Amino acid sequence: MSKIHVTTSVNGDEVEFLCDPRETLLDVLRDKLSLTGAKEGCGTGDCGACSVTLDGRLVCSCLVLGAEAEGKEIGTVEGIANGEELHPLQRKFIEHAALQCGICTPGILVATKALLEKNPDPSETEVRYWLAGNLCRCTGYDKIIRAVMDTAAELREAS
Amino acid sequence: MSLDDVKTSGFTHVGTTPDRPDGLDKVTGRARFGADAYAPGMLHGVIVRSPHAHARIISIDTSKAEAMDGVKAIVTRADFAEGLKGPDWDVLENIMASDTALYDGHAVAAIAATSVLAARDAAKLVEVTYEILPHVTDVDAAMVADAPVIREGAADKSVPEGLHPNVVRYHESGHGDVDAGFAEADLVIEDHFRTEATHQGYIEPHACLGTLGGDGKGELWCCTQGHWKVQKVCAALLGLETSQLRVTASEIGGGFGGKTNVFIEPVALALSRKANRPVKLVMTRSEVFRASGPTSSSSMDVKIGMKKDGTITAAKGVFRLQGGAFPLAPMEFSAMCAFAPYNLKHVKQIGYDVMTNRPKQAAYRAPGSPIACFAVESVVDELCGQLGLDPIEVRLKNASREGTQASFGPKFQRIGLVETLEAAKAHPHYSAPLKPGQGRGISCGFWFNFGGETSVSLALSMDGTVQIVVGTPDIGGSRASMALMAAEELGIPYENIRVTIADTASLGYNEVSHGSRVTYASGLATIQAARDAVKKLCGRAAAKWGIDPDAVRWEDGCAVPTGPNAGDFDPMPIAEIAKRMGTTGGPIVGHFEATPEGAGVSFATHIVDAEVDPETGKTRVVRYTVVQDAGKAIHPAYVEGQYQGGAAQGIGWALNEEYVYGEDGRLQNDVFLDYRIPVASDLPMIDTVIVEVPNPGHPHGVRGVGETSICPPLAAIANAVSAAAGVRLHELPMSPPRILAALGKQRDG
Repeated sequence: MSKIHVTTSVNGDEVEFLCDPRETLLDVLRDKLSLTGAKEGCGTGDCGACSVTLDGRLVCSCLVLGAEAEGKEIGTVEGIANGEELHPLQRKFIEHAALQCGICTPGILVATKALLEKNPDPSETEVRYWLAGNLCRCTGYDKIIRAVMDTAAELREAS
Repeated sequence: MSLDDVKTSGFTHVGTTPDRPDGLDKVTGRARFGADAYAPGMLHGVIVRSPHAHARIISIDTSKAEAMDGVKAIVTRADFAEGLKGPDWDVLENIMASDTALYDGHAVAAIAATSVLAARDAAKLVEVTYEILPHVTDVDAAMVADAPVIREGAADKSVPEGLHPNVVRYHESGHGDVDAGFAEADLVIEDHFRTEATHQGYIEPHACLGTLGGDGKGELWCCTQGHWKVQKVCAALLGLETSQLRVTASEIGGGFGGKTNVFIEPVALALSRKANRPVKLVMTRSEVFRASGPTSSSSMDVKIGMKKDGTITAAKGVFRLQGGAFPLAPMEFSAMCAFAPYNLKHVKQIGYDVMTNRPKQAAYRAPGSPIACFAVESVVDELCGQLGLDPIEVRLKNASREGTQASFGPKFQRIGLVETLEAAKAHPHYSAPLKPGQGRGISCGFWFNFGGETSVSLALSMDGTVQIVVGTPDIGGSRASMALMAAEELGIPYENIRVTIADTASLGYNEVSHGSRVTYASGLATIQAARDAVKKLCGRAAAKWGIDPDAVRWEDGCAVPTGPNAGDFDPMPIAEIAKRMGTTGGPIVGHFEATPEGAGVSFATHIVDAEVDPETGKTRVVRYTVVQDAGKAIHPAYVEGQYQGGAAQGIGWALNEEYVYGEDGRLQNDVFLDYRIPVASDLPMIDTVIVEVPNPGHPHGVRGVGETSICPPLAAIANAVSAAAGVRLHELPMSPPRILAALGKQRDG
């Protein structure tokens, strides 16, 4: 089967790859671009562990084809920190013990960053509904919600 | 361990909440989980699975698949060891069927190809001819006379005569005379309960990368709760010498007991041996649901007698658990945990382990305990309600304490049940007013906790910092806990210690991370390894000073002379001893190996408020409080995390999660959309209270905390639902259709 040539941008870097028309963006990120931060928890768009942004919009990369990335801008968890400086969300997740096993953490960070860019002052309920597409089986979400609320408050103070 | 060795106060590091050492890797996407490993020349494996619940395998034709471009190896049962017996045979039969597919999802063949897509395409070309057999998936149906037999001769000697061959083990325990006890009661309630199977639901599917050569030497990377077990089982199933297979545990994306078993690892290695290339195998979510995990489903009868003053006079429980197509459903744990919170003169518990055409059950957080707790604590709640008694007072009145003969046999040592009940009673939640339509439920819960083989090594670096290797995969922050306990013993900063999970070549055998044993057993071993190192550090200082080693003690990271004849020397810091260790006797390493048996049992009390929408039947948990005895919380934030996580999983089990089988015996809900685990918008904040009643079996007083937290929620929520909706649900999950049916029955009834 012939492959498709794709040119796209990931975390600001231009990249090219050849992919099978059936390969998902998640497969491409992980297997062709060595960006294994996005995880496959379900492959059906139910768990959010593969969350990335596509032209700024939050998507499950397991539901996007690699070929669809042509000409787009993709953002992954690997692009959240600025060099050695962690994004406040990343810092707060560690401080608040908002992760246990950590498999859902990349997706939750990508999703939460997208939320705070849209809504810098979300209520607890808004955070809970925004993150309803990101499954965490370890924490019961309590410390995740607290980390997000605390980050939002810190970012509001800083701006 | 003598009580004198247990430190119960004056901690410097233990009880603080520093950042976890793997935090940075996990928030940047750098942490390497099971599916994040790649190797040069790597192939991708895919498993062909039975679509039938029970079927004889007449033939497997792989010729078309083999002819496909990119296919490098195909394995079936013939590619594994022959002549296995007992548990090894069970594992092999479960991961690759021989002549009969025993459940929907049972593996029958596997393919390695140059890409996942090629392997999947090839899997579709494998032609398996089946003869479909009658099947049974329900525990009660599997025990009746005309039920299809899963496997003749699987029962052990414990099973009384006359039971169906699907009943493979039987358990009976207790003490006193329950009939006499029931005769003393003012009110006796007996009820029947059922719970459906749930899945551990870890977000990371099983994944591994295996390399095995014709020389019998292999390397395996996998997500597991116990890589020494993986090493042992893979070696047995492939006919290898155990030591020739080195297994490295990846970061693990949740386990909850479900990753204590071996599923795909021997298959990847068999494919690798045949193709002579590394093979990566990753389960899909559907495979995780169909062929790994789940818990048992159950059918239970519980009978309890109570006097008007709340005294329980007798209790009896019958616990029937199906564990899929293999023995070992944890019915004895159900039986033994069921009445553990109560000091009972007369108690009897019976368990049946039943086989069905379902996947082999796997441990899930306190296996067997939550379901038994659901039945028992529901009956206790009903008794309290009908006698007009406060549920916490009744539990306090009957509570197990130090010296109580446990329902399962031994006398309890120091335990913290009463302390959790008192803390729950004093918590503002317990007296907070409820809104109309809301109900409050409480429940206690119990889990044993385990020890197991443990081996830890601690090495001093030249600069005085310390590296520790432990053999228990870190599931929820245990590297931080180990570093805290070592810092406490060594008197050095937490940051000066690095804890690594060793591969199987680097330490002695370590039992799986299960039974809430890591902070207890690896913690104990870490502390003893540190004490071993301290002895050696003091010896080096003594030699330098020319005094007796007994005249040197360790204080705040320094050797200091002690006693009247020790002499006057400046304290010698760890860094100074480390710098010179090459010329003062060589490297300094502390180690400890043992099978510690002093894991302290633990109890919890949960309070939950719920409201039920009478129109939709949907239950919403509006407030939740966990009170649990940790013995000693080494890293309190991670202890809280265990409490909250267990409660959340319990909420899912109580309200939504269940395995749904069709008439054809196929699993109907093998995706997260249909098997619905709690999401953020389903839950409230989960309040926690850490009670600390030190465990005399651990040098810092630790009891395991990982499992007990899932024991009370099922019953606590059922009791809250009963209070809110005025109907008692006897079957889990209490999903909207079941609630609506119960409400309808009450209206009509």
